[in-house]
Amino acid sequence: MILKLIAIVLALAILLMGVIAVENKKLVVAVIAAGVVSLFASVFYLLLAAPDVAMTEAAIGSGLSTIIFFYVLNKIKKDRKDHA
Amino acid sequence: MLKKIFFLLVLAGFAVMLFNAYGLSGPDQQLNDVAAHYAEKGPQEVGAANLVASVIVTYRGLDTLGEVTILFLAASIIGFFLKARRDNQRAPKQVRKTSEILETAAKVITPVIFLFGIYVFINGHLTPGGGFQGGAIIASGLVLMLLANPVKKINHNIIRVIESISGFSFILLGIFGLLLAGGFLDNAFLPLGDFGTLLSAGAVPLIYIFIGLKVGAELSGIVSNLQETQKEQI
Amino acid sequence: MEHISLSQIAIVAGILLILIGLWAIISQRNIIKMIIGFSLFDTGIHIVMVGVGYVRGKTAPVLDEAVNVKEAARQIVDPLPQALVLTAIVIGLGITALMLAYALRLYQKKKTLDVKKFNDLKW
Repeated sequence: MILKLIAIVLALAILLMGVIAVENKKLVVAVIAAGVVSLFASVFYLLLAAPDVAMTEAAIGSGLSTIIFFYVLNKIKKDRKDHA
Repeated sequence: MLKKIFFLLVLAGFAVMLFNAYGLSGPDQQLNDVAAHYAEKGPQEVGAANLVASVIVTYRGLDTLGEVTILFLAASIIGFFLKARRDNQRAPKQVRKTSEILETAAKVITPVIFLFGIYVFINGHLTPGGGFQGGAIIASGLVLMLLANPVKKINHNIIRVIESISGFSFILLGIFGLLLAGGFLDNAFLPLGDFGTLLSAGAVPLIYIFIGLKVGAELSGIVSNLQETQKEQI
Repeated sequence: MEHISLSQIAIVAGILLILIGLWAIISQRNIIKMIIGFSLFDTGIHIVMVGVGYVRGKTAPVLDEAVNVKEAARQIVDPLPQALVLTAIVIGLGITALMLAYALRLYQKKKTLDVKKFNDLKW
């Protein structure tokens, strides 16, 4: 029962963060929201009895993939400043 | 406006399709035959306590081989695209100086992170974890190193050598399984050992170590390529 | 509350996340936003697959003190979708990084990230 409540709250948080990631105008906010989606999803996997998947999602989805998004955004910003 | 309506129609069609496929079916009460076979026969046939590891390494080992190949292709295409200019005529990159605390902490913590990654993939057949998670943790350690010291040059030759050797050994172990045991990537050519101890499950820990090193090297290559790419004249 | 199960919550949430990602892919004009939409789509598919493999009231497929080896089939969830999702997550990172590398290259070529400006192949 309490597990289901937690699952519903997590699902709502995932969907809210997903909408923020799509609709926010600032790319930095959008990237962070996508990372938070992955983080909540990894807690969700733990509820669904999948600890292996939860570990992978926490390390890759919310760690490495956010970092590589930021590297690319950083490069684009630097290019834009060089050319302006 | 017309476009928005069209998009919404596409989404609605997709939603109907997906909900018909999954959403209305009731929950399963028991495992299907394949999963029941993995659960009942897995401990005797493979000997790994973590059934996910036994599925990844032996039962569906070919899928893992394909996955590692795709990752290798992605990493090499990224390296090809973003080849940094290796000449030193450009002025050195201007970077904001990182804080003292981050630098010192990174020096202390990075070896521990690498050690933890190695622990995760050596114990992959006993506890949750394994080659993919361990490789990702090793790549995260590299990210911390690059954050603390952005001008540091990562030696790409070491990454390439580790990746090639571990990929080659992975396939070699698979061929050993073909020759000495039941089939490609069969782990039973080494003794299965006691169930639940570190040296058990035949070749599963060895294969997982090589998968972990390969995934770690590939992810590190991707991250460092994206980090150090410079503007190239086109 | 009694008649919905954990796996149904997971499947519905995953499908809605897939739809959000698809919406981003087809409606946004910024390439980075489209890549973010792709990664949301990916996460949604993974949640649906793990949810399909969940069996009510069962525990994780790791055999230790909590799970009896003899009766494992009655105590664990399906390990196969978890193994497939595990590989799919790693591939997803590779594909995302590849798309980001393309996006960076396209930006350096055209100095814009708007897909509407890339009309070289349009007739």
